[in-house]
Amino acid sequence: MAQKKKRLLQGNEACVEGALYAGCRFYSGYPITPSTEVAEGMSVRLPKVGGKFIQMEDEIGGIAAAIGGSLAGLKSMTATSGPGFSLKQECIGYACIAEVPLVIVDVMRGGPATGYPTGPSQSDIMAAKWGTHGDHPVIAVTPSSVPEILTETVRAFNLAEKYRTPVMVLYDEIVGHMREPLTIPEPGELEVVDREKATCKPEEYFPYDDRHLVAPLAPFGSGYRFHVTGLNHKQDGFPTNDPKVIDRNNRRIIEKVETDKERIWKNEETALDDAEVAIFTIGSTARSARFAVNELRKSGLKVGLLRPLTIWPFPDAAVAELSKRVNAIVVPELNLGQMVHEVERCARGNCEVEALTRVDGEPITPAQIMHAVRKYL
Amino acid sequence: MSTIAEKKEKVSVPFDYNKYLRPNKLPHIWCPGCGHGIVLKALLRAIDRAGLEKDNICMVSGIGCSSRTPGYVDFNTLHTLHGRAMAFATGVKLAKPELKVIVITGDGDALAIGGNHFIHACRRNIDMTVLVMTNSTYGMTGGQYSPTTPLDAIATTSRYGNIEPPFDACEMARASGATFVARGTAYHTIELERTIHDALVHKGTSIVDVIDACPTYFGRANKYKSATHMMELIEKDGTVNVKQAEKLPPEKLEGKVLRGVLHKVERPEYCEQYENLIMQKAAAKK
Amino acid sequence: MSDRYEIRLSGSGGQGMILAGIIMAEAAAIYGDKNAVQSQSYGPESRGGASKAEVIISEGPIDYPKATAIDCMLAMTQEACTKYHHDIKDGGILIVDSDSVKDVPQGGFRVHGFPITSIARDELGKVIVANIVSLGAMTGLTKVVSYESVEQAVLARVPAAFVDLNKKALQRGYELTRDLK
Repeated sequence: MAQKKKRLLQGNEACVEGALYAGCRFYSGYPITPSTEVAEGMSVRLPKVGGKFIQMEDEIGGIAAAIGGSLAGLKSMTATSGPGFSLKQECIGYACIAEVPLVIVDVMRGGPATGYPTGPSQSDIMAAKWGTHGDHPVIAVTPSSVPEILTETVRAFNLAEKYRTPVMVLYDEIVGHMREPLTIPEPGELEVVDREKATCKPEEYFPYDDRHLVAPLAPFGSGYRFHVTGLNHKQDGFPTNDPKVIDRNNRRIIEKVETDKERIWKNEETALDDAEVAIFTIGSTARSARFAVNELRKSGLKVGLLRPLTIWPFPDAAVAELSKRVNAIVVPELNLGQMVHEVERCARGNCEVEALTRVDGEPITPAQIMHAVRKYL
Repeated sequence: MSTIAEKKEKVSVPFDYNKYLRPNKLPHIWCPGCGHGIVLKALLRAIDRAGLEKDNICMVSGIGCSSRTPGYVDFNTLHTLHGRAMAFATGVKLAKPELKVIVITGDGDALAIGGNHFIHACRRNIDMTVLVMTNSTYGMTGGQYSPTTPLDAIATTSRYGNIEPPFDACEMARASGATFVARGTAYHTIELERTIHDALVHKGTSIVDVIDACPTYFGRANKYKSATHMMELIEKDGTVNVKQAEKLPPEKLEGKVLRGVLHKVERPEYCEQYENLIMQKAAAKK
Repeated sequence: MSDRYEIRLSGSGGQGMILAGIIMAEAAAIYGDKNAVQSQSYGPESRGGASKAEVIISEGPIDYPKATAIDCMLAMTQEACTKYHHDIKDGGILIVDSDSVKDVPQGGFRVHGFPITSIARDELGKVIVANIVSLGAMTGLTKVVSYESVEQAVLARVPAAFVDLNKKALQRGYELTRDLK
């Protein structure tokens, strides 16, 4: 009975399903609202598939152990929210420079600090990009429905493994806690990417081989004895003070993502073909926006929606192109204006760009968006 | 007591440290007079005695002078962030329990910024051997006071004398649930090798506090005449083996720090518990 | 959207409002042939406080997951009723637990009061099934999902030992609305 497979799942539960589908076999984290259901689900499911779960003593330990698990060869994940995301930032930088595949789920709640634990927010968008110090690559995906949390979590693992870098799954509390019907895909239905394994002789192995943008990563204990450090390092993994090597490596870890961003980008367009005004938004706010677009279209108003499923690297090309053919781009977001600055940067003055912000712990409603959009019609 | 044959063997076959080192990564960064190299040599001899395979050892460290150790040894090596060595190590060990995980950390790394990971690794009794290289200072940043700096001692951040009472890493480890707790010094190198060996073969969290004074910062700031002078006063005269201590009157023990195995109990190990209890129960439950 | 049917279930933490919302959504989307989205908002209290769950049911895709103009609201406590009734649309339905809600708000909606808690406690012997009694009443009044679908959804969610009790609770709630239209 095909219907039997359809289940009503919470967003955070779909994240667990996605992680397992992608082959995640290691989870470490620390309880925090509103992401805790991810940890709870992983604690039940991982041991059934031979995977490991550990609740660490704090948020930092939660991501540190996950990096260790990944280096030992298991696809690894941690999940957190707001304050925990802040605490994890140094380790995110470590995973960037040491090039360790890792998925970090951030279920966004109101901030700053403890803020509003049970209230939705989209205020970690810049923290995802700039939260850790130094220059570093960032990939972040932004699902807006329960089924999409599953598929985007799978994609996050694929990107992490492919580019040997931490990938963030960012969604707001509304999407994380709402329930929608979902049919879990059969094995083989979605692409699953595994990190490239080392095949050379151990003595010829370089964990950061200069000949690759992304070098194969051998798991610890597989006969390839190598060194991993958070210091600037040479291709053999050992620390260096050589300015040329430092420069090359710092640029390479960013280039490996930047040069391939057309493959990392993923946008959904709704009614944009003839649109005079576009809405640019993510997550639960994109659902309000789609509702608004449908309503306005019923009155013949030419409004469309550009919804990035990859927010980092920022969809520069799509926004730039859009800015040339609309009068305005309205950017609703559950913060005081983060994505809007990126949209402005990409629009280069080609059209009006306006933020629609909300930080009272309530969602941006379709009515608010319709009101904001009407100004430009 | 070793037999004549053993003694003969020790004399005739010098230990081949290069077997475990990455010679092209030397010289190390440590100062003349620093004991970290002595501790490393004791560790390598202990690893050899324990019969551990290089491929199966994962050495994890944090940040600090002692945490540079993994760079010099030919194992799977992981130099992590300040304070986080035991958390990273927990992930490695749980993901791949067949690896022998050895953590090299300093007193600031393990007991200050990493204090939480230290006590919780001990509580879990996850199988790893942790060498806390206690030099009572932050050497890499130039000699600030650390969580084991004695009262009144001078450091670049306690110019008027330290007012914070020091931690005892062994007491902390024991109270937190570590099942093997020991102390050694760089001075007592043969004893240290034996102690580390016993820690390595112990199943569970084994903590070895290695007193390893810093001549460059702690020594100079506190008016020790030389590295050897400091080593004699702190490591030799300042400590007594726990077995010898049993025979000494209390007045002879005053102000002395105990060396040797201070605590050893058997308790289920974390990774084994995970596999034996959690994974089996999970598999049985639909 | 014209075919959006919006339900809000409100009460205090621990009364099973979120579970009731999940059951309603499952009845529509898993055991029925509609689409459904369930969401909730809650405070720090696991017990007490005011909590609400919302269910949007539609034939088609559901974009905005929260209620905008409520077709049917359930209020199990006075606090929840007062706090959450404002979005009920004209012609909508408000179901209150008359054991707790004494100050019934007025508006362009119909109000149905039933002694839900005392039915659960005194007739059925378990106050914990009050949420299932209320689901029965909601099913009877809204007809947005079939009784059979709701029953299937309830039975799939409750432990085997409590199947009969919950069946009875749902039926009792449904019967309350038999003569009402």
